[in-house]
Amino acid sequence: MSETIDIDPIESKLWITLTINGSKGSYFVEQRLTLADFLRKEVGLVGTHLGCEHGSCGACTIIMDDKAVRSCLLLAVQADGASIETVEGLARDGALTPLQEAFRAHHALQCGYCTSGFLLSLVARLREGPIETEAEARESLSGNICRCTGYTGMVSALLSLSNSNGEDGEKP
Amino acid sequence: MKPSRFTYHAPTDLDEVLDLLAKYGDEAKVLAGGQSLIPMLNFRLLAPAHLIDINRVSELRNYLLDDSGLNVGALVRHRELETSPEVELAYPILHEGLTNIAHVQIRNRGTVCGSLAHADSAAELPSIMVALDASMNVRSQSSQRSVRAEEFFRFHLTSDLDSSELLVSVDIPALGTGTVGVFDEITRRKGDFALVGAAVLGTWDSGGKIQDCRIVCSGVAPTPLRLREAEQFVSGTDLSDDVLVGVQQLVMESLEPTEDIHTSAEYRKKVTGVIVRRGLARLTDQRRAIHV
Repeated sequence: MSETIDIDPIESKLWITLTINGSKGSYFVEQRLTLADFLRKEVGLVGTHLGCEHGSCGACTIIMDDKAVRSCLLLAVQADGASIETVEGLARDGALTPLQEAFRAHHALQCGYCTSGFLLSLVARLREGPIETEAEARESLSGNICRCTGYTGMVSALLSLSNSNGEDGEKP
Repeated sequence: MKPSRFTYHAPTDLDEVLDLLAKYGDEAKVLAGGQSLIPMLNFRLLAPAHLIDINRVSELRNYLLDDSGLNVGALVRHRELETSPEVELAYPILHEGLTNIAHVQIRNRGTVCGSLAHADSAAELPSIMVALDASMNVRSQSSQRSVRAEEFFRFHLTSDLDSSELLVSVDIPALGTGTVGVFDEITRRKGDFALVGAAVLGTWDSGGKIQDCRIVCSGVAPTPLRLREAEQFVSGTDLSDDVLVGVQQLVMESLEPTEDIHTSAEYRKKVTGVIVRRGLARLTDQRRAIHV
């Protein structure tokens, strides 16, 4: 709300309040700071990685208000009032999620640079429904780029997840 | 810091947006989905002194589908329209176009009107809007006008909007009985900008002939390009195999597409002929589906 945002004329900074991985906080941020740089440099959540910084590679994908988005294509000030999820919010008390476990079991990562972006894209996708076919798996991976491991391991990881869904009933 | 300095404005109603545009228009950019604008700011291809974020303007947030057509407000995201079963049923051509735009992460933020205002000649929606004869509803502080899609796109990345104006919504007329349309494109990888795209629309009459055919291509010219000769060639025919072969030939011989780093003019010419033929062939499939 423009009337509630406190504009500092010298630093051109604004106050924003948002929820990150379940914790609400207020931050005084420069207007032109991207959400990705905000998360990394101001909040210290460096699990969100930056690749191309113009929306092509998907490394910086996070979840904002339940939707997977590119954090390099948003300004931090646009996230005022939003709820953000990053890779740091996935594992609880050191226990990996079933999706993360599947990535590990199926060699779905090598250098790991792109992994957090993939995970967040997939978490958002899996909330819409299970990924049951290879075509669905590949479609769900298509918005992110991996430059070392490739996608075969990720496809296997995703398919193993839908196969095991019925057994343990656990949601990724 | 990626973008250069600007003053960020976050108005909450349309009048406030129009006031800001009247005041700062020449040095301002409007931020809706930001999926084209923010990359340009990150690269500093643009360095506006003012950024007017319209995302908090709730009156721009909705779309309305009724008997007269579809009205899409400036903040309606691609993904929102794409996942509407009603919109898919009413405008299969639009649904096909939307699913071809980049990736879901981009479609979650990018807006229909933003893509139109950006006027990228390789984008899907401008061509589709020309095929559907959509109208752009444009407002400034002191004026209001409606611009037909065909007149709206002026050049690559240049629309008819002046710096004090906002594209508040787009109106797509309802499709009549027997009207069918498809969209297809050729890309190097899924989600890339199209090398060539084609929006093809026509109306089957009771005698089994296609009428009022519109063939609009993206990626071949600085604006969406209507292939009028090809439209005339196929209108009034039954789109038999001979007609399809003939129109493909006509497109390949008459088109003078642009050449760029992505591909040669020669290749564009060939694939345009192919996707126009394929699109027209699918109009026949769709005729069977609607039992005209």
